[in-house]
Amino acid sequence: MFGSQSSLVMYDEEFRRINSVIEKLLREANSKVIFLVDKNGQLIAAVGETEHLDTTSLASLTAGNIAATGGLAKLIGEKEFSILFHEGEKDNLHLSIVAGRVILVVIFDQRSSLGLVRLRVKKATDELSVIFEDLARKSESPDRGGMPSPFAEITDDDIDNLFS
Amino acid sequence: MSFINYASREINCKIVYYGPGLCGKTTNLQYVYQKTAPEAKGKMISLATETERTLFFDFLPLALGEIRGFKTRFHLYTVPGQVFYDASRKLILKGVDGVVFVADSQEERLDANIESMENLKVNLEEQGYQLEKIPFVIQYNKQDLPNTTSVEELRNLLNPDSVPEFQACATTGEGVFETLKAVAKLILIDMKKGAG
Repeated sequence: MFGSQSSLVMYDEEFRRINSVIEKLLREANSKVIFLVDKNGQLIAAVGETEHLDTTSLASLTAGNIAATGGLAKLIGEKEFSILFHEGEKDNLHLSIVAGRVILVVIFDQRSSLGLVRLRVKKATDELSVIFEDLARKSESPDRGGMPSPFAEITDDDIDNLFS
Repeated sequence: MSFINYASREINCKIVYYGPGLCGKTTNLQYVYQKTAPEAKGKMISLATETERTLFFDFLPLALGEIRGFKTRFHLYTVPGQVFYDASRKLILKGVDGVVFVADSQEERLDANIESMENLKVNLEEQGYQLEKIPFVIQYNKQDLPNTTSVEELRNLLNPDSVPEFQACATTGEGVFETLKAVAKLILIDMKKGAG
C-alpha cells in the first residue's frame, strides 16, 4: 500500500475525521492525552492536555521506540509487536500500530485502566485504519485529492529565500 | 519520506547525519542547536551512553520559514557511529529525505570513513534507496587538526559523484550551517521535481 519513498500527505477532511476519532477515544478511554505519529516520527495529530508536553520530542522518541521494538521483533521471528505498554508511577503510555504505518499513543493515569484503554483503542484503530486507507488512495490518485502540491509552483528563488 | 500536511500547512522532512564514530555528527547538531533562535527550534534529544557516545540517535527539530504559506520543518537525526550499532543505524535511516555524510579528516580515520560510507550505501539499499538518487552532501570535518588527509584525497575516495562538499570544524561551527543549508536545499529541489 505504501511505497517506502512515498510521502505522507494529510488533507483537511481526513484531518478532521482523525481528530474526531481520537477525541472520542480520549473521552471514552478516560485518558489524558492522545496523539498520532507517523512511523518516521512526524506528529500527525494530538488531543487532550498537550499544553505542557513537548509533542515533537514525544513523537520522535515514540517512533524510535517502535522502530527499536520492531527490530527486536524481527530478530525473534515476529513481524512486529503491535502493542507496547509502559507503566509509570502516575502516568502510563500505551502505544499501538494502526494500519501498519501510524502509531497511536494514549497517555492515561489512575482514572482509567489498561483494560479500558485496550478495549477502546481496538475500536478506534478500526476506524482510523479506514481513514488512513482513504488517505493513501487519495494521495496516490493523479489529482492528489484536488489539492495542488505546494511544490508545483515554488521557484528556485523561493527556496533560496528560505536561506537568506 | 516527507510529510505534507494541508490541514496545518506544514512540510516536514528528515535529514540524517551519518559517518564513523567520533567524526562529529552530534557536534554538528549541537552547534546548530546553540546558534538557532529559540522560536525556530525544539528541544534537542540525545540518547547517549554515560561517556557521551550516541547510543541510538540525537534529534533536533528545526523550523526554517515559510514557502508559499507552508511552514517548512526539518527533523535532524544523527546515527550512532560505532560499528556495532548497525541495527540502530538502519532504523534511523527509515524515511530519510536527505543525508549528510560527516567524514573525519584525520589520517588515521581514513579507513573508518570508507567503511562507514560503504555501510551507508548498504543500509540505504536495504530500505529501497539509492545513495546516488537521494539528496546527499559530504562534510570534511576536523579541518583544524594537524594530521589531516588532503581534501583532494578525501574527495577521490569518498566523493566520486561530486556531490556538494564542505570543509568544516564542527566545534567552532565552521562549515556547519553551509552543510545543513546545502542538504535542505537539495531536499526541497528534489520535492519540487517530484511534484512537477
